[in-house]
Amino acid sequence: MCVCCASRHNVATCSIPCATRNRARGWPTEPDGVHVSKFKDAGHLVRLAIACAIVLVVFLLVRAYFIPKTFGEYGHYRGAALSELSSKPLAYAGHKACEDCHADVLEVKKAGKHAGVNCEACHGPLAKHAEEPASMVPQLPETAVLCARCHEENIAKPKTFPQVASTQHSGGVVCKTCHVPHSPLLQPGDKKS
Amino acid sequence: MPVDGFMYPNEIELQWSVLIVVYPFVTGLVAGAFILASLERIFHVDAVKPTYRLAMLTALAFLLVAPLPLQLHLGHPERSLEMYLTPHRSSPMAMFGFVYLWYLMAVLLLEVWLDFRRDIVLLSQSTTGWRRLLYRALTLGSSNISQGALRVDERVGWVVTLIGIPSAFLLHGYVGFIFGTVKANPWWSSPLMPVVFIFSAMVSGIAMVMLVYMAMMKLRKQPIDMRCVDTVAQYMLYTFIIDFALEMLDLIHRISVADESFRSLDFMVHTRLFFSQVILQIVLGTVVPILAIGLIQIFHVPEKIRRAAYAICGCLTIIGIFAMRWNVVIGGQLFSKSFLGYTTYKLELISREGELVAAGLLILPFIILAVLIKVLPPWPERQTTIGD
Amino acid sequence: MITRRKMLMLLPAAAFAWKYVLAGTPEMASNYNRSEHWWGMLLDIDKCIGCGNCVRGCATENNVPEGYFRTWVERYHVPGWRQETPQVDSPNGGKDGFPPSTAVGGKNFFVPKMCNHCAESPCTQVCPVGATFESPDGVVLVDETYCLGCRYCIQACPYGCRFLHPTKHTAEKCSLCYHRITKGLTTACCENCPTGARQLADLKNPADPIHEFLKTHSVQVLKPYLATGAKAFYHDIDGSVR
Repeated sequence: MCVCCASRHNVATCSIPCATRNRARGWPTEPDGVHVSKFKDAGHLVRLAIACAIVLVVFLLVRAYFIPKTFGEYGHYRGAALSELSSKPLAYAGHKACEDCHADVLEVKKAGKHAGVNCEACHGPLAKHAEEPASMVPQLPETAVLCARCHEENIAKPKTFPQVASTQHSGGVVCKTCHVPHSPLLQPGDKKS
Repeated sequence: MPVDGFMYPNEIELQWSVLIVVYPFVTGLVAGAFILASLERIFHVDAVKPTYRLAMLTALAFLLVAPLPLQLHLGHPERSLEMYLTPHRSSPMAMFGFVYLWYLMAVLLLEVWLDFRRDIVLLSQSTTGWRRLLYRALTLGSSNISQGALRVDERVGWVVTLIGIPSAFLLHGYVGFIFGTVKANPWWSSPLMPVVFIFSAMVSGIAMVMLVYMAMMKLRKQPIDMRCVDTVAQYMLYTFIIDFALEMLDLIHRISVADESFRSLDFMVHTRLFFSQVILQIVLGTVVPILAIGLIQIFHVPEKIRRAAYAICGCLTIIGIFAMRWNVVIGGQLFSKSFLGYTTYKLELISREGELVAAGLLILPFIILAVLIKVLPPWPERQTTIGD
Repeated sequence: MITRRKMLMLLPAAAFAWKYVLAGTPEMASNYNRSEHWWGMLLDIDKCIGCGNCVRGCATENNVPEGYFRTWVERYHVPGWRQETPQVDSPNGGKDGFPPSTAVGGKNFFVPKMCNHCAESPCTQVCPVGATFESPDGVVLVDETYCLGCRYCIQACPYGCRFLHPTKHTAEKCSLCYHRITKGLTTACCENCPTGARQLADLKNPADPIHEFLKTHSVQVLKPYLATGAKAFYHDIDGSVR
């Protein structure tokens, strides 16, 4: 396509001289004495294509090296991540672990209202203790704080859930005075807790 | 963080910062500047020819800066190679690496190289010292600027520009798609999003090239080609009208449909987003430029006033389109997905994603442009002075 | 003297013993087969008392940083019949329990929230590199050595369950205590829940009582119209919950 008049006639047979064409494009015509070597006319594009091909090959090599080996094993992710995520350390041992050693407490708890409350819900994370009992002795928070967390009256709690306004209920007396935590309807002294 | 009402606890802190506003703004300018350049190359709008090379260099300058806000935003920028190693094909964002590289290498750099090649060869023979080395490297070893070679360049360049137009749409459209496909966010989720992004990008790109051209002519104490600038402003007007129509369509649709998010979003626009959306984006950034340039089409306005009007409208447009990106990105995170509350965006001054960094990223392209103009002068007169 | 014969006899013994050596390492239980499980959760609103044990338990088990939540509890107050404008609060995610409510009358209840481990999760769809994914046993997980921290997944989650870890700079969320459930234990939140409001469900195991419950009681997921395939099922939930 002829660039100066934007018509569609064959540029090879265009009779308008190139200086005119260049001027129309706003380029200066060639200064005298400039050396122009005789490459093939599209030689520069061939060089560019070769450079791009090299870059592409390098990219593919880099890619093959850096993609994690287990990628794609199960889906579009690193397969090894599954076992890594399964291997994190435990903080809570789970109630079954407690039952092995503390069967006596379990007997009391099973028969009372706290049967469904797991040990660590009150006693905190005990995986270390279950692993090596001597390594860690569980610390209990104050019953006033601990019991109130669940049993302090709140309009949003289900109506059937046992809740009290602690100040009215006990007048400041600590919960453990009248209730056995492992089986709350028992009184201290009823059975060995 | 001051929260009004209720937000899910993890929503209170914004995830995508001002840098994610800067990124679509910058790629939008790239796409817009390129489309303006293609007006001359493909559609033979001769009047805008004086801006052709400048538009290409502007696009390149902004494109080089484009990945920076993203890298600064990432939690682990050193892992960004993963986008090339294992792109997840269902994610619009995974396209980024490839679309960016394609546009940079196969469209913009190739286009600039083909267009400037003759000048590069001449400069490689007429300069000395490190400049000579630079130009020689840019020639890729070929100094063939015969008529045949230039003809080849012309034809290939035409094809590249032709491919470049949909590529430019893709470069910026995919960003709109990133937002538009997030079904969790009703402010973003819309099939109109990529289209609105593209048209507002074109407006901002055209405005930017117009401003840069006028500024450069002023700096070089050259007369501004009014026929050129008038035509550029006309194209900006046409694109603006389409862009405004699309944005109003989105708004009217939302008001009409009034789904569960409507009340929450409506409240947000009237309060937290009022200044940036209603004042900056709509009134100052869209209605005023459309009216001003529209009036210039109808009434005869003297040249001096037209120039001033174009300069002011250009600036207002750029600000308005930046505000549009802000309103989309930041606005989309100010309300809770429970539709029961709002948070605030705390933009820090000095931080990896703060004001100073954002301002720096917006200034950097102009510095790069100044360097590019020195290395690849867009104007023939300057070329001969370097050649002496 | 070690003869070839002795070696041949020792080898199977060694292989047998090696299994027990491996069992001692903190990997998943050696008899855990991923394809046999499809995990979900039941959240029974009727039973939740807002004690916050689950939030604290999760934070302890998973080292969740202060101010961020892998799970949290919301308190709803619905004054009348209107469902569009409940009053909701979640002070520190419910981690310290809830202060006494000032609300009077109406419907009041607690709603525990967590990652819904969606079967068609929008978050895994948008991850650009494959750092978050759904495991073969139905748990949506994050590979923190691969995550770029682009936060697209956090934007894409309709339930607000993801956050960016402030020091690791990667996306994080509830992992359904994958390291516990693959060893036959339950999640930390379920372990600590005193009322059974939260219960792990294995949707591929017909003997699982929760699986049975889900088949015989009215349950819902959050935002069903988004078609996320959520697997956190809510029982006895009000329509005002979002």
